[in-house]
Formats: sequence, structure tokens, C-alpha cells
Amino acid sequence: MVPISYYLILSGILFACGVTGFLIKRNIISIFMSIELMLNGVNLSFVAFAAQWHALSGQIFVFFVMVVAAAEAAVGLAIIIAVYRTRETLNIDQVDLLKL
Amino acid sequence: MTPDLHLWIIPVLPLVGAAVNGFLGKKFSRQTVTAVALLFSGAAFAMVLLVASRFSSLSVPHVEFLAPWIRAGKFQVDFSFYLDQLSLVMLLVVTGVGFLIHIYAVGYMWEEGGFYRFFTYLNLFMFFMLTLVLASNYLLMFIGWEGVGLASYLLIGFWFTKDSAASAGKKAFIVNRVGDFGFLIALFLLIKQFGSLNFDQVFQSVIPMGPETGGAGLLTAVGLLLMVGAAGKSAQIPLYVWLPDAMEGPTPVSALIHAATMVTAGVYMVSRSHVIFERAPMALTVVAIIGTLTALFAATIGITQTDIKKVLAYSTISQLGYMFMACGVGAFSAGIFHLMTHAFFKGLLFLAAGSVIHAVSGEQDMRQMGGLRTKIPWTFWTMTIATFAIAGIPPFAGFFSKDEILWRAYQVSWVYWFIGLFTAFLTSFYMFRLWFMTFFGEYRGTAEAHEDSGHDLAHDNTRAGAPAPHGHGHGHGGIHESPWVMVIPLVVLAFLSLTGGWIGVPGSLGGSNHFDKFLGPVFHSNIGAGAEGHGLVAPEEKDTERHEPQTGHATELIFTGISVFAGLLGFFLAWQLYYRNPQLPQQIAAGLGSLYDAVVHKYYIDELYATLFVKPLIAGSALILWHGIDQDVIDASVDNGAHGANEVSDSIRHMQSGNLRSYAGWVAAGAAAVIAYMIWMGTR
Repeated sequence: MVPISYYLILSGILFACGVTGFLIKRNIISIFMSIELMLNGVNLSFVAFAAQWHALSGQIFVFFVMVVAAAEAAVGLAIIIAVYRTRETLNIDQVDLLKL
Repeated sequence: MTPDLHLWIIPVLPLVGAAVNGFLGKKFSRQTVTAVALLFSGAAFAMVLLVASRFSSLSVPHVEFLAPWIRAGKFQVDFSFYLDQLSLVMLLVVTGVGFLIHIYAVGYMWEEGGFYRFFTYLNLFMFFMLTLVLASNYLLMFIGWEGVGLASYLLIGFWFTKDSAASAGKKAFIVNRVGDFGFLIALFLLIKQFGSLNFDQVFQSVIPMGPETGGAGLLTAVGLLLMVGAAGKSAQIPLYVWLPDAMEGPTPVSALIHAATMVTAGVYMVSRSHVIFERAPMALTVVAIIGTLTALFAATIGITQTDIKKVLAYSTISQLGYMFMACGVGAFSAGIFHLMTHAFFKGLLFLAAGSVIHAVSGEQDMRQMGGLRTKIPWTFWTMTIATFAIAGIPPFAGFFSKDEILWRAYQVSWVYWFIGLFTAFLTSFYMFRLWFMTFFGEYRGTAEAHEDSGHDLAHDNTRAGAPAPHGHGHGHGGIHESPWVMVIPLVVLAFLSLTGGWIGVPGSLGGSNHFDKFLGPVFHSNIGAGAEGHGLVAPEEKDTERHEPQTGHATELIFTGISVFAGLLGFFLAWQLYYRNPQLPQQIAAGLGSLYDAVVHKYYIDELYATLFVKPLIAGSALILWHGIDQDVIDASVDNGAHGANEVSDSIRHMQSGNLRSYAGWVAAGAAAVIAYMIWMGTR
């Protein structure tokens, strides 16, 4: 059996990749994908612990996360399309109307 | 036993009048304002008369407790009133003369703007003055003392749009502060030493004490400090400089506050504190010297002034000097006697001068007057009586009081007497000079040519609140007698100036000096320790003051004759110089050269004070307090604090850029910091 620390390290790497991508990417879709990566990194740790402790709650939590992620994808992609239609760009640095 | 007098009503009446006129007067008609002002000041006078009528059945001093004020441990100060012969005389003078001047002011101020404001201040002044006179402790007296100063300031600056009036008010207030400083320190010393400010308690503690012949004791210090306060309020050397400038106020104010009542507060205070002064011979000597010098000094300035009110102002200072001289030689009742007669004749002189000014449409320069004798007969005759009274010609009031002071002064030192006598001569001279210049000879003015200029001081159109100062009715038609409402107070005061002295006819003239006997009980307590210091008074002597004449009536009569002669000499000289040979004074002035210049410029005292005190003070305030402390410390600390906050927040502001990814970066960094902390905690 693979020790749980392996899963957790992989989960941390996935999450760190997501954070990094979120911070450095300029394209809105890339940022969106980075968010998904972070969610899935967390999901991995949940299921790993669930398997470790034979507890069901971790898996159920993952389902919830997936549902929210799906809903978020639907709303988020719609927003991105709307942004693209009005601004004709997906560069996040140019969508800065709220900036001082 | 003691009837309930309700003394508190006396000061409260004018206060109510001031409140009614002050809060509502703007909407009142002039008639209503007049009615309110006269009603309440007249009621106060009536109340005083009522008290006076029941006075003989009282056990004096009568102390009336109204309400507690300060209770701090053993130290207690109450709102309570003190009635004895001295305060009764003061009450009668203040309310009586005050009421007459109220009446006069109705006529004088009728055309002026701020009519209600004037009477509000006037009533307010009455309130504070009555508080001062009736107070039963030094602190309540101090309230009145400061209050009359305030009223004086307000009324000097009544035409506050005029620069000179506003600064004259300020000058009066600031000079008085110097005096009040001394008064306050004296009060602190009294509290420290006796734990009380009540007259009764303080005097009870003081009476057993012996006179401080050695010099610098506590009582001497208190006495000198009180004298500083009195010198400020009563315009004595070195603090007299405010009074001539105070003539910027309306003439009724000059009459009431700066001649008849307020300026005599210092004399009243010194007399009230006679127990202290008598045990401090050095302080008493200082009082006498200051009074004598002031009398002489101011009289010499008075000779050269050409503004009719300025002459009277210096005359007031000089006469106040007489009163202090009287106090200084221990003749307190003579001082109060002169205070009373002076209130009559000097109040009358000012009112008559106001009537003259009114008649010639605002001209105050006597060189522009002359020949008014037949044109304003009422004013002329009343002023004549007042002039004879102040010059000390019998049987007018001033003769008796001045003569008594001179006689008492002689008992102490012939120097006081001689300077006083010379001053009496000067007084007579400058008063008859005024009289001749104003009423005799040819009319030299131009009032008939431009008859519709506003009267009194303000030739300019900027008078406070006056819509049209030129538009008044009786300013037209050239030289004219004043209306009846102004003449009646003149006549009443003239009557008092004529007869007021008769209550104090000295024994040498066949009288029995009722006034001195009446005040006797007040100054009675000095017989104990005060007399020891001088070793003069035998207890069985009927006179209560300490320097009972040891020589006979014959000597006193000789001195009386000399002082009458001095007065007549002044009259004769003025007659020669200003009636017979009007061109002579200028030749004499030219002959005297720089000496005359110095006197005309009031010995350059104002300039001296400006150089010695005012300019260094302003420079010091500007350099050290303003630029140094205010700008470099207080302002700088506030400004630099604000600048610092600005700079710090400016640098922190960049965190909140509005850039979403930098926010995420901060969140990530924060999360990383938390995780690092937890790891570090876990591995410890």
C-alpha cells in the first residue's frame, strides 16, 4: 500500500502549481484552470485521508467540491465569454476597471 | 429682631433689566427699552431708599445670607451681602447717580444706533457695581470688580466700529488686568493666612494683630497688593493711562462709570480693608504717596488738554488721587465723603460737558467753543455750580470734602498738605479755564455752518448699528439747549453738588460733621491697634478717626482760608489768561518750550509704556510664543504627525492596488506564513 504521505505530497504539489498558475498567468482561462487544479489538489488529500481512515465523509466532501466546481465552471465560463465579448481580450491586466 | 431686608433684590433688579433688554430689546421700540431700563434702575434706587429708611433699626454690620457658593473644607464662600454705613453710602451714590444718568442717557443716546444695547450694558454695570458694593466677602467683591470692568470695556467700545474706541476698550481691560493680578494675589495670601475671605472673619483675625512697623510683613504685602488692584481700577499712578482713553465711550458712560462710580471702587475697597491697611503703616504710606503724586501729576496734564472730556478725565484721576491721599493718611471717612461729593459734581460736569458737546453738534475741542453762556443757559448754570464745587469754593460740596482731606493730610505731613493745596489751585485753574473757554468770549466754532453732523465722537458714518447718525432731529438748527430729559438730571445733580457737602460741615465752621459720625462705626475698629502704631488717639475723643486734630478750630480755619484762597487764585489766573487776555496762554506756552510740550504730550507716559512694556511684550510674543512655541512646537507637532501619517499610509497604499493577482499574492503569502508558523510550532 502506498503510504499516505505520498498522496499528501502530490496533493501539495498540485495545489502549489494551482496557486503559482493563478498568480502568474495572465489569461483568464489559464487562471480558471489553475483554480480547478487547486480544487483537485485538495480533493486528492480528502480521498487519501478517506481511504486511510475508512471514513466516508471525506469522499462525500469531494462530491460536494466537484458539484460546486461544475457550477462554478458553468458560471465562470459564461462570465469569461461575456468579458471577451465586451473587452475583446482575455488578458487579466486589461480588465482592471476596479483598480485605483 | 433684624428685619428681613432682601438686600439681594437690589443688585438683581438691574440684572433683570439688563436681561430683558439684552434678550428682547432688539425687537422693542426705543420707548419700551427706555421704560425697562429706567424701571429697573429706578426700582433699585427705590429699594435702596427703603433700606436706608429702615437702616437706623438695624444692627450693623448686617449680613444677609443668600446661598452657599464654595464649600471646600474649612474654606467657605457664600453669596451673601454686607450692609453697613459704608456700603449704604455707596449704594445711595451708585443707584442715585446711576438712575439720574440713566435718565440723561435716554435723551443723549436717543438718536444713536444700538440703543437697547447701551441700556443693557448700563444696567449690567449697575448689577455688578451693586454686587461689588454689597459683597460680604472679597471673592464676591472680586466678581463685581471684574464685572464692572467688563461693563466698562463694553461701554468704552460701544462704538466698536471706530478703531480708537475699540482699542481704548482693550487698553482699559488690559491695564485693569495688571491691577487685578495684584488683587488676586492679595486674596490668595488672605486665604493662605486666614483661611477665609469673609470680611467678618478676616477682620476678626486681623484686629488682634499689631501694626507692622518693621515693614515687610504679611499685612503690608496684602495691603500693597490690594493697592495695586485699586490703582488699576481707580486709575492711579502707574496704571492711570487707561482712563483718558476711556473717554471714547459715550458721555453718559464717562459720567457714570469713569467718573462717578466704577473708578471709585478702588477707594471703596481700600476703605473696606481699612483694618488691614491700618496695621500696615508702610502700605498706608504708599497709598498716600501714590494718591498725592497722582493728584498733582494728573492736574498738571489737565491744564494743557484742549478736549473738554480729556480735561475732565484728568481731573477725575486727580480727584481720585485726593481720595487715596485721604485713605493714605487714615482719613477714610473723608475719602468716602469726597467720593460722594465727587460723584455729584464730576457726574454733573460730564453730563454738562455732554450737553455742551450735544449743543455744538459733536465738537469736543474747547478751542472751537466759546460764548455758549447765553445759548445754553441751563447747561451753563449747572456746569457753573459743578465747577465751583470742584474748585473748592464754599459753600459748594467739593469745598467741604476737599478741605477735610487737606486738613487731615496736614495732620500727617505738611508735604501731603502742600502738594494737595497746590493741586487744589491747579484744579481750580484748569476747571475755570474750561469754564471760560467754553462759555465766555466769542464763539469760535463752526457748528452752525454744518449743523447736521452727528454729535459726540463720531463724525464718521461708521457708528455701530446706526443707520443714519446724521439724521437726528435735535442736531439741526445750530447751537441749542438739550431736551428736558437731559436737563432735569443736570438740575438734580447741581442741587446735590451745591448741598451735598452740608452733611459734613466741620466743627470749625460751626457744623458737627454728620457724615464723619455716620461712618464712624465702620472705621471705629481702628481705634485699637491702629492707633497704637501712631500713639495719637485718645479713646474719649468723639472723632473716630485716628488723627484727631490736636490744634484748635482757629488753626483749622486758617487752613480752610488758605485752601479757599488757592481756589480763588486759580479762578483769578484763569480769568486773567482765558478771559481778559486770551492770547497770553500761547505766549506762555511758547516761553515754556519743551516743558510745555512734555505736559501736552502727557509726559510721554504712553510712549514710555509702549517702549518699556508693550513693544517688548509684542516682540517677545511674536518671536518666542508665536514663532517659537506655537509655530515650531505646537503647530509643528501636529503638522509633522499628519505628514508622517500621510507618508506611512502612502507607502502602505501600494498594497491595495486594485490588482486582483497582487491580492491573491498577499493571500498566498499570508497563508504560507501561517503554514510556516504552524510547522515551526509543530517541530519545536
